[in-house]
Amino acid sequence: MHHLDCKKDPTGLITKLRMAEDKVTLLGFWGSPFALRVKWALKLKGIEYEYIEEDLSNKSPLLLVYNHVHKKVPVLVHNSNPVVDSLVIIEYIDEVWKGNPLLPLDPYQRAKARFRAKFAEDKCMGAIIRTFFTEGKEKEKVVKEGRENLKTLESALEGKKFFGGETIGYLEIASGWIRLWTQIVEEIAGVNVIDAETMPVLNTWFDNFLEVPAVVSLPGIN
Amino acid sequence: MAEIELHGTWPSPYSYRVLWALKLKGIPYEYVEEDLSNKSPLLLQYNPVHKKIPVLVHGGKPICESMIILEYLDETWPQNPLLPSDPYERAVVRFWVKFIEDKGPSAWVVFRTSGEEQEKAVKDSLEMLKTIEEHALGEKKYFGGDKIGMVDIACSGIAHWLQVIEEVVGIKILEPHKFPRLHAWTKTFKEAPIIKDNLPNQDEMLVFFKQAREKLLASA
Repeated sequence: MHHLDCKKDPTGLITKLRMAEDKVTLLGFWGSPFALRVKWALKLKGIEYEYIEEDLSNKSPLLLVYNHVHKKVPVLVHNSNPVVDSLVIIEYIDEVWKGNPLLPLDPYQRAKARFRAKFAEDKCMGAIIRTFFTEGKEKEKVVKEGRENLKTLESALEGKKFFGGETIGYLEIASGWIRLWTQIVEEIAGVNVIDAETMPVLNTWFDNFLEVPAVVSLPGIN
Repeated sequence: MAEIELHGTWPSPYSYRVLWALKLKGIPYEYVEEDLSNKSPLLLQYNPVHKKIPVLVHGGKPICESMIILEYLDETWPQNPLLPSDPYERAVVRFWVKFIEDKGPSAWVVFRTSGEEQEKAVKDSLEMLKTIEEHALGEKKYFGGDKIGMVDIACSGIAHWLQVIEEVVGIKILEPHKFPRLHAWTKTFKEAPIIKDNLPNQDEMLVFFKQAREKLLASA
């Protein structure tokens, strides 16, 4: 928040600077869990932003310029600077907007959080997505792998309400979408991935996650 | 000062990433060579999820994944920073680190495979090299600018291990005339003070990786 008095700005430079400061734009896609992560992070931090829905079959020139390497969403544009890759964006957001920290402050806890987010992305996501595209024995194998990896993630809760303790943070943002997707998998692919019996702790974690006021109004939850 | 241990293996580029970071920052440590064909109970305890090296143990607490270890080192010992201080520049560094982590392994696929699969991996490797030369390195001396930074360390596989892979499989990938700037960087990087005194012997690596590839292809 900048409380600058425009009357004391004869050249208009301060006004220009203020208008240029903190202009945040998110290029995303409604179906993308990666874009969802960024929306959650922005919402938790109370950052105002402009959202641009990309048509991935007809990518905008803006997207192609801002993410010329991968041409993918999400892209966060902050004062004309494009930040790419959802977890990189989250760390960027955490560093620029210091209130309501998403990552833990202690370096060792941060290392653990980053490790777990990488694990969730590398090991859980692939397996869950593959349940859509496989059948029979292969599907069983994939579901088993997904469950094992999710169980590993579950153990990271270590008896706490959320990964970081009492409040939601980086790991919830990084992996909360997993539960949304496993629900989709359960409905569409007819396979039970997480349930109250096999993974009661993870199930409870997600129920707690859904009850947090900030989360209820988050995009994608409904 | 808490005790620091680095668990690694001598031919591993991931091990060296951490070793260089420790030396660049002047952090004293004890090195523990792990035998991956016979993993120690300690390693399995420190990295139960992946059972891999490198693992950094600081005051008894283990940290895994080489690039995550580097972020930890930079946060705990800020001298000789590996990351820039500006958040946007840090985001750019992290983007390239992720890029190399995701795309770099295609060179190792070249090493592990043959036929069509290998051909595809060669193609992927060439694309990866082209992208980083053009967009990450540009005209700079190092990826980090005037001095070695996190992206240089992340790309070190290209500087020292790629040659070994090329010789073992008999395919040239990083050709100097095709990637002049990247090629120049490999020389600059390996001549840098701390790096040049801490590189695994290439002849020994050739023997090691030749044997490894033979075993892999035999069991395929």
